[in-house]
Amino acid sequence: MPIAKKMKLVIINYGAGNIKSIQFAFKRLGYDAVLSNNPNEILAADKIIFPGVGEASSAMKMLKESGLDVLVPTLKQPVLGICLGMQLMCKSTEEGNTKGLGIFNSEVKRFANDVKVPQMGWNVIKDLKSDLFKGVKENEYMYLVHSYYAEHCKETIAKTDYGINYASALQHNNFYGVQFHPEKSSLAGARILRNFIELDVKSKNEESIDR
Amino acid sequence: MLTKRIIPCLDIKNGRTVKGVNFVDLRDAGDPVELAKQYAEVGADELVFLDISATLENRGTTLEMVMHVAEQVNIPFTVGGGISSIEHVDALLQCGADKVSINSSAVKRPELVNELSNKFGSQCIVVAIDAKEVEGQWKVHLAGGSIPTEIDLFEWAKEVESRGAGEILFTSMNHDGTKNGFANEALSRLSRELNIPIIASGGAGSVKHFIDTFKEGKADAALAASVFHFGEIPIPELKKELKENNIEVRL
Repeated sequence: MPIAKKMKLVIINYGAGNIKSIQFAFKRLGYDAVLSNNPNEILAADKIIFPGVGEASSAMKMLKESGLDVLVPTLKQPVLGICLGMQLMCKSTEEGNTKGLGIFNSEVKRFANDVKVPQMGWNVIKDLKSDLFKGVKENEYMYLVHSYYAEHCKETIAKTDYGINYASALQHNNFYGVQFHPEKSSLAGARILRNFIELDVKSKNEESIDR
Repeated sequence: MLTKRIIPCLDIKNGRTVKGVNFVDLRDAGDPVELAKQYAEVGADELVFLDISATLENRGTTLEMVMHVAEQVNIPFTVGGGISSIEHVDALLQCGADKVSINSSAVKRPELVNELSNKFGSQCIVVAIDAKEVEGQWKVHLAGGSIPTEIDLFEWAKEVESRGAGEILFTSMNHDGTKNGFANEALSRLSRELNIPIIASGGAGSVKHFIDTFKEGKADAALAASVFHFGEIPIPELKKELKENNIEVRL
């Protein structure tokens, strides 16, 4: 087992889905991630994971109950939304007619029935545009499980085809979102998690000095 | 493009792999974690663990195994066998399983499919169906295929889809263990009549069988056990041949 490296990594635990897998994936990279829904602990983190699996409106309800719907959009450190986490960071989703956090300027829609829904399995990501994908090749395979997709917007940093061409990753300033499951996407997925951990955090520290 | 999935199935008894596994370089072929890691490394897209000893008493042992697999394996996996309650599914998912598969318990109480998909999302609920064709009629069988019912395969598959199943794992008992190929006619009918992914199971004996089940059977994924465990069909070669036959796979 690698020695745990120094980095305060928090996985927001608001009751939505399989977060153990994400924690294990970081552990395989040598990082101990803390599961928490405590605002102070989240604010003190260097990097934050915003997970989510399940149904959008009930996940948003849980998020609101813990007040995290207000906290998350104000975070200054790098935040990585995964799967439903990414979708909740968008303007809105058709699933349960849910208003999102509005971080990404994208609307989340249901796949049409000309494809099998959910999309389940490995598909490629392309037109990669972010440090998040450093060392990841174009058309790399990622594991995806979802019935709803984010429409393209100016924040699109990766694209995938499934019936239509949609945004499989988004970035707005310090906020990142991926539709796929990097924690379940073999070595290429692990590389993306490592890239996220190694993102330069200078901007955050400088800002805290400014305050 | 979404690729077709290759899924080795591991039978588990008391937290250990059963059914002879003939893998070189394995220190302990009975260790599900080591076997799972090896499969992930050679390009398996997903894994299924079937707990054939599932009883209340050894539930803890299985949960522990699931936790160890989740710790060390970087591809998705499904756990099935003796699952019939929300609490049990919750425990399995908490330990890091990506999906659970239910079978007889869904036939006994179909509402279970609704309850599970409402609580955990369709994406992690696989309904496994064992069926046998008798005089042109596909009938669902229970308890590992030992108890016949009057339920029609296609009606049942449509019902569990409408109740929120995210995927169907269909095993043809006529084909299982024969190594004569998958039940492609029934599989393609399932794909035509349903709009969720279908996993083909039962009958894998050669690379051609996989090609046929993806082309003729329209399957989204193919599951097999012994041809993988005994190295009769190495996964890298299988995927290479699928690709050469214009079937999209992850290489």
